[in-house]
Amino acid sequence: MENFTPVSATLGGALIGLAASLLLLTQGRVAGISGILAGAITPRSGEVGWRLTFIGGLLAGGLVLMLVWPASITASPVSLPLVALAGLLVGFGTRLGSGCTSGHGVCGLTRMSPRSGVAVCTFMAAGMLLASLVHGGA
Amino acid sequence: MSQQLTSKASIFLAGFIFAIGLGVSGMTSPAKVIAFLNLAGDWDPSLAFVMGGAIVVHGVLFRLITRRSAPLFARRFYIPTRRDLTPRLVIGSTMFGFGWAVGGYCPGPSVVSVVSLTPSALVFVAAMITGMYGFGLVETQLQHNRGMTTDSTGSPSH
Repeated sequence: MENFTPVSATLGGALIGLAASLLLLTQGRVAGISGILAGAITPRSGEVGWRLTFIGGLLAGGLVLMLVWPASITASPVSLPLVALAGLLVGFGTRLGSGCTSGHGVCGLTRMSPRSGVAVCTFMAAGMLLASLVHGGA
Repeated sequence: MSQQLTSKASIFLAGFIFAIGLGVSGMTSPAKVIAFLNLAGDWDPSLAFVMGGAIVVHGVLFRLITRRSAPLFARRFYIPTRRDLTPRLVIGSTMFGFGWAVGGYCPGPSVVSVVSLTPSALVFVAAMITGMYGFGLVETQLQHNRGMTTDSTGSPSH
């Protein structure tokens, strides 16, 4: 556990909670990234504009992170074919399950949505099971 | 500033703060995410604190904000209201958990990481968007096959 970073994790989490609150206060929207992304790439959903603006903010934040604290963004330790498989699963799964770590995890748990509770327990359990099997002991 | 511009700036700022939060918390380090999920290795529980911090802050502010009759720049709140537990919810969340565990990316951090031009982030986001499109195609086909009653139509998603 030499990489245990509870303070920065809590601080970062607080910023995420603040960002979700800002989006709710100004737009009345839930900050679920998979939903925002899917809506932005599906033109028939009609409300592409605000989603693209939010994604622009995400990218700008990434740029500032790269400039100020480049070590905060690192590559995945697994091979690119595995990364591609992971991306397909995450893309399809978050649409089938109506959300990801942000929409279900942060926003859904906050308002005690039973669907989000089930979703979070499911993806945490599935994630921990597979990570332990695939990545295993150090 | 006009109201429209202020509104747009607020959305951009929300995305910006969200990204900084992801970076500060460690979520944009796939190896750290994997170390959190991998209970068989040298377990790093740090990322549990991300959700903790987010829920405490958003929990307080959510209750204050939703006392208003409407948000600042929209006619109403768009908060999901469904309560039904469906096989889709569980199967989809399982697929997401598996993908998260394999690559160490969930959607937000992967988008933020695109600016680093790291090949893994670019490949992940391209595959994720393909997966979302793929779901759209399957969804359309299913609706076509058995009429209109399906799980995720017409409801606001996260």
